[in-house]
Amino acid sequence: MMIPSPWRADFPAIAALQRQDQTYLDNAATTQKPQALLDALTHYYANGAANVHRAQHLPGAHATQAFEDSRLKVAQWLNAGDSGQIIFTHGATSALNLLAYGLEPLFHPGDEIVISALEHHANLLPWQQLAQRRNLKLVILPLDADGLIDLAAAVHLIGPRTRLLAVSQLSNVLGSWQPLPALLGMAKAQNALTVVDGAQGVVHGRHDVQALGCDFYVFSSHKLYGPDGLGVLFGRNAALEQLKPWQFGGEMVLEANYHDSRFRPAPLGFEAGTPPIASVIGLGATLDYLAGLDQDAVSVHEAALHDYLLRGLAARNGIRLLGKPQLALASFVVEGVHNADLAHLLTEQGIAVRAGHHCAMPLLKSLELAGAIRVSLALYNDSEDLERFFEALDQALELLR
Amino acid sequence: MSLPLAAAEALHTFQNAAGWEQRARLLMQFGDRLPALDDADKCDANRVHGCESQVWLVGELHDGHWQFSASSDARMIRGLVALLLLRVNGLSATELQQVDLPDWFNQLGLSRQLSPSRSNGLNAVLQRMNELAL
Repeated sequence: MMIPSPWRADFPAIAALQRQDQTYLDNAATTQKPQALLDALTHYYANGAANVHRAQHLPGAHATQAFEDSRLKVAQWLNAGDSGQIIFTHGATSALNLLAYGLEPLFHPGDEIVISALEHHANLLPWQQLAQRRNLKLVILPLDADGLIDLAAAVHLIGPRTRLLAVSQLSNVLGSWQPLPALLGMAKAQNALTVVDGAQGVVHGRHDVQALGCDFYVFSSHKLYGPDGLGVLFGRNAALEQLKPWQFGGEMVLEANYHDSRFRPAPLGFEAGTPPIASVIGLGATLDYLAGLDQDAVSVHEAALHDYLLRGLAARNGIRLLGKPQLALASFVVEGVHNADLAHLLTEQGIAVRAGHHCAMPLLKSLELAGAIRVSLALYNDSEDLERFFEALDQALELLR
Repeated sequence: MSLPLAAAEALHTFQNAAGWEQRARLLMQFGDRLPALDDADKCDANRVHGCESQVWLVGELHDGHWQFSASSDARMIRGLVALLLLRVNGLSATELQQVDLPDWFNQLGLSRQLSPSRSNGLNAVLQRMNELAL
């Protein structure tokens, strides 16, 4: 059965890549961009760039208006309402580092930070380094056989010393929704702060940070079909009051003297220096585009494509999936075949997939794998993309076996 | 600088290869012919870091001429390393410093294996060889 994507033509790079004989299936790393975003960037740069929040002149007023409109659009996308603030950072990694530094004074030696075994390095290393700086204990929640955070173990590991829980919503390696409501409930019962890494999760379906009930939610624009160099941090009002400024400079300051200063509250107090203005405006345009799509149709398409991917992999001998992927992606290894060799031969055939440890080295080590191949999907992919991948996979395996 | 005989033969073979499939088959054949490395040499000190696969590289000077041996658990990189060793083994220290290895892979039609985004490790192997040869 053919699964065409009705949105494919909205992304001009897909046709360009096809002309270069490239099939792009590395969408969990970054995505192609809709024409609406390209138009917004061109419009901004062609009609008068200006810095935001400081200039009294008209171009500055326009830029600031567009910038703050985007903040509103992001808040609406996450249904933040007036429960919290949207802070723009330079990426999801920056947002998580802001948290790990800005919350640092809250931690005392012996306190515990809880993360899971499947975290991306971006949601592992900032906490690991904070734990080392402050002499804290980093607690790692184990996974069950399906690749979900093991709730039975979590009950015992999230305890009275837990000051903060930071977990991924959707694993970038295993493609599984994590049991956030249960985990956040356990953390809240211990009065711990909660951080959700939504870098992968935000791309699939719509998420409501108020319903989720986390203190902080982080994602990166470029994985959500937006520009790169831009991350988003949602913080609940009460939690933001505990966050101290991390980076200092222009725009975030209320009053500066030579020897002391006072800083702005969120969001501007956490946006030191000139922000990525064009990217923020571009993300707003991307969200307008996405909001105009039939979300149910997108979800049905993504599910059908994922099913097509899993069935195709299952039909081939010797392929072992990592975990039980539910959507968006599948990581796998092939018995007796080195993933670097497979990656080499897929690349030769113009298939853009990811090989390696996927920025989750400890997870791959715990699975006793040196690496894996990951195929990750986006709304513009179609079944022909997957057919090309399967043909290339068969060719590669025939050569290697 | 004249090409070692085995390197000249390899170059001829690769220049006559038609398409990616034949090049891939040849790479695997050259990798299979790479003399095995002693298990004792597959140690951490000889590991080339920065590769998706495990690669080991050992280099020794015999009478002023370099003799490298290497291995990998992945077949494609083993083939690439085999082609590298064909080009450099037997060179004097001065010759090794002068040889244009990116150009060698370019002549073989394998220059893409040296692009900065490639994590196959050929770049790391070249860098390690440079360090050893200093």
